[in-house]
Amino acid sequence: MRAAAHLTVALAGDGARTRITALRSDPPLILRPTNPAGPEPVARWNLRETPVVRVSLAAGAAGPVGGDDLRLSVEVGPGAALVLRSVAATLVLPGPHRQHSLSETTVRVGAGGTFVWLPGPVIAARGCHHRAITHVTLEAGARLLLREELLLGRHGERPGAIRQRLRVCLGDRPLHDQEIALGPGVEGWDGSAVTGGRRALGSLLVVDPDWAGQPFGLPSPTARADTALLSLSGPAVLVTALADDGLILRQRLNTGLAALEACLPRGCA
Amino acid sequence: MTLPETTQLSPTSEQASLSGLLLLASGRFPAGGHAHSGGLEAVVTVEGVRDIPGLEAFLRGRTATTGVVTAAFAAAACAALTDPAGCGVAMLGELDHELDARLPAPALRTVSRRLGRQMLRAGRVVWPHARLDELADAMPHGPHQPVALGAVAAAAGLGAHGAALAAVHESVAGPATAAVRLLGLDPFAVHAVLARLGPSLDAIAVEGAAHARTAPAGLPARGAPLLDILAEHHATWEVRLFAS
Repeated sequence: MRAAAHLTVALAGDGARTRITALRSDPPLILRPTNPAGPEPVARWNLRETPVVRVSLAAGAAGPVGGDDLRLSVEVGPGAALVLRSVAATLVLPGPHRQHSLSETTVRVGAGGTFVWLPGPVIAARGCHHRAITHVTLEAGARLLLREELLLGRHGERPGAIRQRLRVCLGDRPLHDQEIALGPGVEGWDGSAVTGGRRALGSLLVVDPDWAGQPFGLPSPTARADTALLSLSGPAVLVTALADDGLILRQRLNTGLAALEACLPRGCA
Repeated sequence: MTLPETTQLSPTSEQASLSGLLLLASGRFPAGGHAHSGGLEAVVTVEGVRDIPGLEAFLRGRTATTGVVTAAFAAAACAALTDPAGCGVAMLGELDHELDARLPAPALRTVSRRLGRQMLRAGRVVWPHARLDELADAMPHGPHQPVALGAVAAAAGLGAHGAALAAVHESVAGPATAAVRLLGLDPFAVHAVLARLGPSLDAIAVEGAAHARTAPAGLPARGAPLLDILAEHHATWEVRLFAS
């Protein structure tokens, strides 16, 4: 299945609200405007008081399945704010003829814009052969919160092969570029350098231009070595965690984000 | 029977660089690597790695992540100085930015720059070269280790493949040596692990060399989440045998 969905939001003329200016679903990528559900992350961004628009991404079919080529592009106009969530977890499955599947996401956030992306976890089912590429470009003053969660197989299942690359640039300068490659055919992926045999891993990337030039002294969110707050070389922090299952992973990422938020109002420098 | 007259044999350029490669890749090269365990000390304490199979799994994971990135960046840095079309020190700056983006853990960025500085300091004396002086002037805080290694490899007369091979070898030899000191493992058995890893290291070096002319943005970015998390925790320990 090939699909290319597209979403553009922009600040409406009076600057009081963000408007969806283009929304093209392409099954199985279904985009739906939604009402706020639950508290918004990053209290200091005060998204409830900001002209923000909320959209959900739902899957109109199982998968991605081997052979699928799914592309999503998102544009957030200057000063606009978008919260994009997905309705459920993504179960990546093998195709009938062992083909690879690909999902590619391209995001551009205009100057002073805000993009919050909270997809559900990606589950790499046995036999899958998936590649995910996400490329985010942030213009001057743009903010980003991006969560990625990866579960290695369904309950009690060996995972398939999965590669996820996330590249975030500030203008044309790289800020964060990481590829995770796991599963059969990847050397040492379950050894103690990469996952140490754990079945869930994830990260929350927070980019806030207000942090430019601030040296971070970030706390360790837990006493155990399963979560870390990593101050990137730029105005950004990566919360990264490993866990034995998706539930604990989500808790650890939330704990990490809470620890980050707790140190922000005091300047953290 | 008469013996053929002895002739002066001169090595091919590939053969000529081999002694440089041995020198650069040697654990005795004074670039400060001996003070670092490549994450092994934290892994031993936190993850409970105790034996040869555990060490081998760790090294395989490290090679496929850090090793792949290091090899490709060392190859690209070397090519930037040796290629007639290479952009020289300006390209090394760009490679350094790209590597910064690939090292999310601040503790590992600090270690990489410290090792890069030490590598460059040693390299400038061992293989004096104007480009190395230029690099040291352009990056007073020290270039990242793979960038410095690639530049020093170029000064030593190596090509991109030699630089990648030295880099990937260094990415496992350090932790393997540390394993002997940390765990008291049999050094013969540890070197047998390194020998078993040989084909993987060779393949990664070839892959790295193939990236010699890749645009910096397209270079590998393999991450190792556990190494990142453990590096941050390790940096806070009061008592430790290794700096990283």
